Amino acid sequence: MNLKAELLRLLPRNGWLGLGVATLLFASVPILNSVTAADSALHTPDYLVALFGKFLCFAIVAVAMDLLWGYTGVLSLGHGVFFAIGGYCMGMYLMLSIGDAGVYRSKLPDFMVFLDWKELPWFWKPFDNFGFALLAVLAVPGLLAYVFGFLAFRSRIRGVYFSIITQAFTYALMLLFFRNETGLGGNNGLTNFKSLYGYSLADSGTKLGLYCLSALGLLVVFLLCRFIVVSKAGRVLCAIRDEESRSRFAGYNPTSYKLFVYTLSAVICGFAGALYVPQVGIINPSEFQPSSSIEMAIWVAVGGRASLLGGVLGAFVVNGAKSWFTVALPEAWLYILGVLFIAVTLFFPGGLASLLQKKKAAA
Amino acid sequence: MKSRFELMLAGLLAAVGCKGPGEAAPGAATSAAPAAASAAAAPAAATPKASDTGPIKVGILHSLSGTMAISETSLKDVALMTIDQINAAGGVKGRKLEPVVVDPASNWPLFAEKARELLQKEGVAVTFGCWTSVSRKSVLPVFEELNGLLFYPVQYEGEESSYNVFYTGAAPNQQAIPAVEYLMSKEGGGAKKWVLLGTDYVYPRTTNKILRAFLKQKGVAESDIMEQYTPFGHSDYQTIVADVKKFAAGTHTAVVSTINGDSNVPFYKELANQGLKASDIPVVAFSVGEEELRGIDAKPLVGHLAAWNYFMSVKNPENDKFIADWKAYVKAKNLPDGDKRVTNDPMEATYVGIKMWAQAVEQAGTTDVDAVRQAVGGQTVKAPSGFTLTMDAKNHHLHKPVYIAEIKADGQFQVVWKTEGPIRAMPWSPFVPDSAKKVADWTYPWVCGNCTEGKFKGQTSTAAL
Amino acid sequence: MNLRSLLSLLVACVFALVSPSAHAQDLHQAAQDLGSSDKAKVQLAVENIAKSSDPAALALLEALGKDSLRIDAAGTPFVAGESNLLSPVFGGSAKPSGALTTPLVDNRLRRQLEPALASLKLGFPDAKVRLEAAKDLAKSRNDDLAGLIRTAAAKERDAEIKTALGLALAQIDLHGADKPLKLAAIAAISAAADASFKPDLERMTGRQGKATEADLDVKNAAASALGVIESRLMLISFIGNLFYGLSLGSVLLLCALGLAITFGLLRVINMAHGELLMIGAYSTYAVQKLFTVYFPAHQDLYLIFAVPVAFIVTAAIGMVLERSVIRFLYGRPLETLLATWGISLILIQTVRLIFGAQNVAVANPSYLAGGVEVLPGFVLTYSRLAVILFSSAVAGFVWFVLQRTPLGLHVRAVTQNRQMAAGMGIATRRVDVWTFGIGSGVAGLGGVALSQLGNVGPELGQQYIVDSFMVVVLGGVGKLAGTLAGAFGLGIMNKLLEPAAGAVLGKIVILGLIILFIQRRPQGIFALKGRAAEAM
Repeated sequence: MNLKAELLRLLPRNGWLGLGVATLLFASVPILNSVTAADSALHTPDYLVALFGKFLCFAIVAVAMDLLWGYTGVLSLGHGVFFAIGGYCMGMYLMLSIGDAGVYRSKLPDFMVFLDWKELPWFWKPFDNFGFALLAVLAVPGLLAYVFGFLAFRSRIRGVYFSIITQAFTYALMLLFFRNETGLGGNNGLTNFKSLYGYSLADSGTKLGLYCLSALGLLVVFLLCRFIVVSKAGRVLCAIRDEESRSRFAGYNPTSYKLFVYTLSAVICGFAGALYVPQVGIINPSEFQPSSSIEMAIWVAVGGRASLLGGVLGAFVVNGAKSWFTVALPEAWLYILGVLFIAVTLFFPGGLASLLQKKKAAA
Repeated sequence: MKSRFELMLAGLLAAVGCKGPGEAAPGAATSAAPAAASAAAAPAAATPKASDTGPIKVGILHSLSGTMAISETSLKDVALMTIDQINAAGGVKGRKLEPVVVDPASNWPLFAEKARELLQKEGVAVTFGCWTSVSRKSVLPVFEELNGLLFYPVQYEGEESSYNVFYTGAAPNQQAIPAVEYLMSKEGGGAKKWVLLGTDYVYPRTTNKILRAFLKQKGVAESDIMEQYTPFGHSDYQTIVADVKKFAAGTHTAVVSTINGDSNVPFYKELANQGLKASDIPVVAFSVGEEELRGIDAKPLVGHLAAWNYFMSVKNPENDKFIADWKAYVKAKNLPDGDKRVTNDPMEATYVGIKMWAQAVEQAGTTDVDAVRQAVGGQTVKAPSGFTLTMDAKNHHLHKPVYIAEIKADGQFQVVWKTEGPIRAMPWSPFVPDSAKKVADWTYPWVCGNCTEGKFKGQTSTAAL
Repeated sequence: MNLRSLLSLLVACVFALVSPSAHAQDLHQAAQDLGSSDKAKVQLAVENIAKSSDPAALALLEALGKDSLRIDAAGTPFVAGESNLLSPVFGGSAKPSGALTTPLVDNRLRRQLEPALASLKLGFPDAKVRLEAAKDLAKSRNDDLAGLIRTAAAKERDAEIKTALGLALAQIDLHGADKPLKLAAIAAISAAADASFKPDLERMTGRQGKATEADLDVKNAAASALGVIESRLMLISFIGNLFYGLSLGSVLLLCALGLAITFGLLRVINMAHGELLMIGAYSTYAVQKLFTVYFPAHQDLYLIFAVPVAFIVTAAIGMVLERSVIRFLYGRPLETLLATWGISLILIQTVRLIFGAQNVAVANPSYLAGGVEVLPGFVLTYSRLAVILFSSAVAGFVWFVLQRTPLGLHVRAVTQNRQMAAGMGIATRRVDVWTFGIGSGVAGLGGVALSQLGNVGPELGQQYIVDSFMVVVLGGVGKLAGTLAGAFGLGIMNKLLEPAAGAVLGKIVILGLIILFIQRRPQGIFALKGRAAEAM
């Protein structure tokens, strides 16, 4: 088929332009960091590179959530589970790569030494292979989502019931991972990473590389979701979102569509988690907290559910505000977040993206 | 869909982002020039160059919100008070100390992020912070990478000695072991059976591992030790207390509690309601101090014990002054809860740590981390605990006395036993076979915090370096 | 107490019975010594006082144990009673002169006081006191009081006290050399099925390591006694777990009832529900503070007043929330979820700013402190018993409102079919506000109960929100019976699992089971029937 027509179907011309500008902007951060001298006004400090890398991972999650909620109408308040599991899989690989360089100079991770364990549990063993770890990062959240989703959607659980049991799901997993007996570091989590696939994590080159990977990841995920949205499947998803019963009677099987999107979004979240962990340097069970998952929903709500861009916007705006306010006005931060929630749901149900649409229409 | 406005917004975000979130921060009352100078002077992965004039920035890294806010807020307050006192006396080397307070909100990854910000963006000369071992473990790589200096004021599980950290809190041999020895003695009740209750994280797990090894050495059988863990925030202790009673039936039993934070309230309430008297089954806690008792009705807890290196009820001139200064500070700054505020061990440790650091800078003549590090070793401070505390140059830990005290009905403590003088910390426990071989000695020729052989072993003269 | 001093105590006891008057002077001296800062002197003084037969001796030691003994500058002892009223121990109307010292009591002294007090009380005319003393003596081995206990047991007429004294003797005889006494001791132990003898019996039968008992008869008797004790323990354990399950269930019920009303009847997911619990708890704290400042004499009554205050405060907040935010979001449950989450953040931060980030102390009133030992090793704590009763009362109240009042009728109508109800002339808007108010008020009552059991801090609500939702989802929406079944079912299952799997694993298993249960029966245990119920 005509390539140009296909691409234009994927994104309108303005969209491609916008994508290009955004790519340039995102690329400017690492470029300015490495190219300009440290005392130049254009220099982006190191910690900002790490911070933006983190935001990019969150944006990937937001796009996945957006696909699930904005386009399929399924509000999952437990997506933190998949993000965290992806993070843990990567974390396990990183822990094993520390090798002998840990505090106890032992082949076992530090926390196993102080727990008095003599050998690596079976589920840790395959993780010293990078390929396996990568596979696990995508497969484990996917499998978990498939099973959970299958059970849930098959019984026609939807709406708020579904959201509540996803909360229960993430809460149960949080309790499980907090236990030291589970063998995943308990409350401390996995930390003290030294290198990723041979590249030292303390090296600024690695950090820039991870940032670029995250940006690339966001681009790929965005285009992938966009591809789904503009395809025929995307229209069915919208139909399911708007009127599930009617689409069922029209002959489509909402269960399989919802399951597909749920699993895909879980895989994407796992991927984001795996990128997040080497940049932050620690993964611990508080990522499983119910409130973290609710914050993910907020990113999408604030940014605007109707478009994938909304997810990206929301992730950047809310997390940027959080980083700024916890320094500037720590006591006011929760108020601001709370008011943001309320204002967005009451007055801007379409989120920031819809605000911009209105402005454009008015202009 | 994409539109020009969205592009502009994205561009705006990136531009704002590049400027950095802390620029407009009112908290750090710096003028723009030193801020830009110190931020700009920080190259990618080396010590931020300390300027030689103007105020010295001191980082304070304690959670002011979240689950740990309850414990850590007072540490921030006492740190600010000590800094005020030093500034009022003329500062350090004629330069005022300028505190930079950040809130990592009990979020461990955020601790690492804020630590990096303090070191790279703010260019602080030293940081006083952390409480939980998780937070310390997550900032440790940052401090080691950027060659920063951290003073850690809380009692912990040991098994660590970092080049970049000075530990002003107790190691297990300065808290846990003396408490167990006391409970074993006739004066303490002559306990034969032991219940080790803890919150499920590294400090209780490691401490109990050390205690188990210690008890075994003293001849206590495995079947006479009961060990149980509950998660943070656990509040239903009915079954556990009933199990303790069952386990203790007929023998002198003592409970060693490393239950942390919030869970202590329902735990003690259940103990009292089920009739577990301190004279029958004494409970010694390592994470319960004056601050934690403020939130509990202490009447049912009378007689249960705590072990620390300092208590507010210890009587000596330094402590009287410390408490008076603290109460005056609370009043002047109108801190919440006014006259009910108390002092406790980690607060005293923070106070001692800041004073030692200030003395070290005076001695070294500069705030440069490497110089100050050499000077901190050997510093002494006449502390509110009633003894003169010394910072050990070799293992970076403080020599501390041990007090064992019983809870009184008014929430204060009554000391029933104390050591003759300060005892030296042993970060690597001699009771754990793996750790017993390790040495923490940052002086020549060992120069390591965790090794079985000196780094410069066999070299007879420094000329070889 | 060491052997030497106990022996002298025994001898002195005998002497005391022979020559009372000579010791009156010593008693005064000993009383004065109690205020000494020398621990050894205090110990000796307690020993001497315990030997005396003067009733003042008992008063002295009891006051010392309760921390209400005061010694004035002249060495005269006083007992500090209600509102610090001082009454002299040795009678008369002497007034305290000079500064008062309070003797320092630590665990070591308390351990010495217990048997001393018990031995003094054994000769008391009041049966209750004697029983208490006998039980105290039975708790631990006091070899040197053997003679005293034997004579007391021989003299004793009351059966209960005789059994308790028999157990006290058993403690001693079990370790003696006399076989018939040993067998008698084991028989007494078996009859009482007292668990505190378990370790001794285990050692005798060789359960742990080599058997310390050589004689076969005694060994067999010990083994069967052990069997009796163990089966009793299992039964008690089971009953105990049932009670703990009921109490956990009652807490869950209180937390979830309010949610069942707002969610079940209004289909509003209120993520701020936890915070309403928290505000109820803080209202209790505020009322307690008020009482401490203005009515310190009636401190214990604060709880009674806290109940309506908490209800009204939280109901008011709920109604304000409904009017201002939630009414715009009916029919959009997912948005309500998010908006109420925002409200919860605001509420938490507000409470944090007003009351501080620290936990606040809510003391149990005296009538709720402690418990009663129904079965050996199983204590029915008053606070949890009260919570069970309270939650039943609240459930009853809600049932009454829903089934017997006009408002309740309207609420049920609106639940089943809003349009039809509006068509019948019911002011649905007003019904919504009132329902939300009641639901929030009930949450406030839940907070009152929580304040008595655990911590009160700004994050209190976050701990209970997931559990509350689970109860509502499991029990089924729209029926009160569902919430009851869900709450008590979950509570009991949780507590029965806990001894086997541990608290955390038990909870995880239960959550997993709920998720699986919901697959089979998505509408919960008790579900509303009819087309309108499908409307989710």
